[in-house]
Amino acid sequence: MNIALSRSDADKTANARGFLGRYQAIRDTLGDHGARDAAADWLSRHGLPRRTEEAWRYTDLRRLWDADRADAAAMPPAQAASMLAELTQAAGLDESWPRLVFVDGVLSAALSRRPDLVACDGLGRASEAAPDHPILALNTMLAADGASLRVADGVDAGRMLLITLGSGGGLHLRHRLVLEPGASLTLLEIAAGTGNYVNDGVIEIDVRERARLNHVRVQQDGPDSVSLSQVRVTVAGRGSYDGFNLALGAALARHEVRARLEGEYGIVHVNGAQLLSGTQIADLTSAIIHAAPHCSSRQTVKNVLTGKARGVFQGKIVVDRIAQKTDGYQMNQALLLSEEAEIDSKPELEIFADDVKCSHGATAGALDGEQLFYMRSRGVPEAAAREILVRAFLDDALGLVEDERARDVLERAVARWWDSPR
Amino acid sequence: MSAFLSIEGLAATIDDNGAAKPILNGIDLEIPAGEIHAIMGPNGSGKSTLSYVLAGRDDYQVTGGSVSFQGRDLLAMEPEQRAAAGVFLAFQAPVELPGVNNANFLRTAVNAVRRARGEAEYDAVQFLKAARAAAKALSMPEDLLKRNVNVGFSGGEKKRNEVLQMAMLAPRFAILDETDSGLDIDALRIVAEGVNALRSPDFSALVITHHQRLLDYIVPDRVHVMANGRILKSGGPELAHQLEAQGYAGFLSEAA
Repeated sequence: MNIALSRSDADKTANARGFLGRYQAIRDTLGDHGARDAAADWLSRHGLPRRTEEAWRYTDLRRLWDADRADAAAMPPAQAASMLAELTQAAGLDESWPRLVFVDGVLSAALSRRPDLVACDGLGRASEAAPDHPILALNTMLAADGASLRVADGVDAGRMLLITLGSGGGLHLRHRLVLEPGASLTLLEIAAGTGNYVNDGVIEIDVRERARLNHVRVQQDGPDSVSLSQVRVTVAGRGSYDGFNLALGAALARHEVRARLEGEYGIVHVNGAQLLSGTQIADLTSAIIHAAPHCSSRQTVKNVLTGKARGVFQGKIVVDRIAQKTDGYQMNQALLLSEEAEIDSKPELEIFADDVKCSHGATAGALDGEQLFYMRSRGVPEAAAREILVRAFLDDALGLVEDERARDVLERAVARWWDSPR
Repeated sequence: MSAFLSIEGLAATIDDNGAAKPILNGIDLEIPAGEIHAIMGPNGSGKSTLSYVLAGRDDYQVTGGSVSFQGRDLLAMEPEQRAAAGVFLAFQAPVELPGVNNANFLRTAVNAVRRARGEAEYDAVQFLKAARAAAKALSMPEDLLKRNVNVGFSGGEKKRNEVLQMAMLAPRFAILDETDSGLDIDALRIVAEGVNALRSPDFSALVITHHQRLLDYIVPDRVHVMANGRILKSGGPELAHQLEAQGYAGFLSEAA
């Protein structure tokens, strides 16, 4: 496929050139050209987002512009195995849990342990929907691997791990997960790595009637990486999507959730915590669409920011005219541990129904000097007192994760973050 | 005789919209080992500031004087070092710590202090046993140990929790800042018994109060009257009764 650009278009969209060139180079090795060409066409017309676009005002993707996206050498198997072993031990993961491990964007059969209760059919095929989002378009265009998972009617599939290890280049994984009626699963996703890479994983999820998904993510991508994850989920009647995203890694990260409540009495939770230091930026952007009556959505997002780090929260709740008796709640809080740390918080409520309960709130502040003094006056050293207060602040969010083992993985990650030099 | 606690010419200010506002204007006070002293005085006389400065709160600027505690320069020490050295402040308004479990916090504090003192740390079982016994002695419901520190506690429960912390931290010198405020007579008696239980030749205390009532239960060796950041008069326990009878206004005009 050749993409013809007029001069004025080129000025605006040239910043996606590196990725488009990469697609041209590998197109013949990929299938499903219809969706990919459409995505490439979208990207060539729109380019990568700029901060002049409202949705990207607080998160600058400039570091992805124009960059040449040539082949990067994949991580040697021995390095992947030791990275996985280290991660497994540090996170306290159970060796018996089924897991799919992707190394530099490709499934590693050697490191994976296929689940018995979840059907896996390889690449999570992109949905037919036309791309409407730069990261979705990028992923659709370049995705070469991923998992297509299905939990059958009424089956409780327990816990399953989805692990992404990166060392260079682009990790464009495309996953699809279907929970049939009454099915349940705890999906624990961990992303880790080293080096300069882009991890733009997309997961499309169908939660059917009465199905329940606990989706817990630990984003600890390498310090020089860019992490751009997308969750697109639809929830049918009495279904439940309970998501938690812990953002610790990457130089620049954006986790985006688009959830649609399509049947009565559905539940969506988009909770999270962002723990950032240095010059890190992490963004949690969500859109929860209430398209049916009697549904509830909850968001509790906590930020702990040190150095010159910046946290971003953009939370949109849309309540369609039909979605009476909606119960929506959104809270974003930031603990600023340094003078130069920053939080940008943007709640948006668009309510078209007239009998709903929706509330949102945001707070930002430093540690409480009086609380610190109280603890120190009882003999607790200052550093320990600060840690106790930060952990208490995070507990409100971490405590929302129902699965005890998944919560334990999060708590270990928080403890590691606190103990690491910053 | 080397003084146990010796305060000389202590002066301190607080930042008041950029201006240094004097609160303590030269406090001289000596408390020997084993004695309990009381400080009484009207609101705004500097009593709470004195207690905060002794415990190491950094909102106050010490502008003069010295405090020596068992031969050490107390003012040079961090708050946690003072706690390890044996100083304890029972807060007038105990601070709430949402999300921090009371028993866990107490254990962290007790073990930090024991570690600093070169004593063996309590394991979970030893700690719980000691904490439960101490709570029982203060007629504290055991579930207060399971709740978050001071969150949702009644006024009386907060004060008892302070005394529980004091008992567990085994201080050499305790400052009780209006520990009697907000307590009914039964709670007052229980709290006073908690303090009296610590009385020994190795324990001293400074009891700050508005009312003579507390001093019926914790009988002081000396009473000091404070106003305008100074100690105006010192005497025996009878001074408290004199104050109660005359009121601060009458007493202060006579003293001036």
